[in-house]
Amino acid sequence: MTKDELIAKLKTIVQPYIQDETAFANLSENTDFISDLKINSANLVDVILDVEDEFDIRIENDDMEKMISVKSAMDIINEKLAQK
Amino acid sequence: MKNRVVITGLGVVAPNGVGIDAFSKAIKKGESGITFHQQLADLNFSCCIGGIPEISEEKKLEYLTPLQLRGFNSSGILYGCIAGIDAWKDAGFSVDADSELDFDSGTVFGTGTSGVEKFREAIYKLDDNQVKRLGSTVVVQTMTSGISAFLGGILGLGNQVTTNSSACTTGTEAILMGYERIKNGQAKRMLVGSCSDDGPYIWGGFDAMRVMTYKHNDSPEQGSRPMSKSASGFVPGAGAGALVLESLESALDRNATIHAEVLGGNINSGGQRQGGTMTAPNAVAVQRCIKEALSNSNISANQIDTINGHLTATSKDGLEIENWTKALSRKGENFPYINSLKSMVGHCLAAAGSIESVATVLQLKEQFVFPNINCEDVHEEIPVLISEDKIVKQVLHTELNIAAKASFGFGDVNGCIIFKRYN
Repeated sequence: MTKDELIAKLKTIVQPYIQDETAFANLSENTDFISDLKINSANLVDVILDVEDEFDIRIENDDMEKMISVKSAMDIINEKLAQK
Repeated sequence: MKNRVVITGLGVVAPNGVGIDAFSKAIKKGESGITFHQQLADLNFSCCIGGIPEISEEKKLEYLTPLQLRGFNSSGILYGCIAGIDAWKDAGFSVDADSELDFDSGTVFGTGTSGVEKFREAIYKLDDNQVKRLGSTVVVQTMTSGISAFLGGILGLGNQVTTNSSACTTGTEAILMGYERIKNGQAKRMLVGSCSDDGPYIWGGFDAMRVMTYKHNDSPEQGSRPMSKSASGFVPGAGAGALVLESLESALDRNATIHAEVLGGNINSGGQRQGGTMTAPNAVAVQRCIKEALSNSNISANQIDTINGHLTATSKDGLEIENWTKALSRKGENFPYINSLKSMVGHCLAAAGSIESVATVLQLKEQFVFPNINCEDVHEEIPVLISEDKIVKQVLHTELNIAAKASFGFGDVNGCIIFKRYN
């Protein structure tokens, strides 16, 4: 999967939870889930469940804590996909 | 100096009408909202009929955001949000996610059990070792105070935000709790009401107790028969009722439309003594509750024009009428009009008191007594106590000033409110 494809998939996943349309429209590798997209911190667990379903991977607690931006999410997803 | 408390907003989600206009039309016509439910039959229920409000997917989106509706599976919270938001708008307020926090407005919005279907979903996942897969939506939909938490956030309420629970008295109690708070000057406005989930997981325990009728699976609209000789148990219902209570001063200041006044009321318990049990009322306590409601409202028993009873269509209806005759010292032709909304919507459990109070307030506002359906064969215990003419069977347009509403619940708890026409 190319970087752009992965970002596109993440964009679809986070869309229901975002509260800042401008940040969402400009979503890039450097976008932060909470400070930029204004995702409610309680909803981060829902984003992670949706990521698990989309990529058919399991994300453990340690990785979950790191998944707070597009970049960190991409790293963890790539790592898990490589292990498959 | 105690504040007078008036009603400036109404909202309702009932099996026979969603929204005040539809509900008002339905109760005047005596329209039943009871239908057959195949799901209950498939699960081997004895009683396969019930009252479930109809809410389309489009309608849900008028009240909750797509995000709030993700993983949403709590019918009671849905009904409560619709009724609560409608009441708030009816009182002349807007609903805006960025509104200023209002420390003068709060809510007491009751329920019995919250999100029972959501809870079931969660338990299946947990037992499958998938606790991590529950997501963020389980707690807020299954905590009892889910409904007040949803409403508090949607409306930006900064006064007390809580949920009460007292079985079938819940809705009536919520109104009186909000009333007290405004009367005592602790809030200017309180959104009060209650809601109840629908479906087998909330109704099953009652079916097991054999207190729901199993004789009308082929004739659902005739199933709920309060005061009838052929009453054979209650029919379960669901929904929500909501009222915006406000100090008279605040209502006049903002030129709000006043639907009626809450004169007062009383809440007590029979303590499961003197014949009272977990499931049966102590008659002494019921009568005392009604009498105390009158004195709290500073009115005499003779001023009551109409009663909206608890009257569930179980074997206790005759006893309830007897309690009213004793508490009011009125009988025969001298008894007020009396009706039971349950004949049309079934027993909406925790939502009953608030939906029935909305109906009572509409009667005062629009000057009518809604008909009792399904009691063409009045139970023989009743005509020896009160004149059958007082059991209205066709809508009656007449002058009404004061109405009493009572609810009684499991745990031997009682509530009685006195409403007055505002003019």
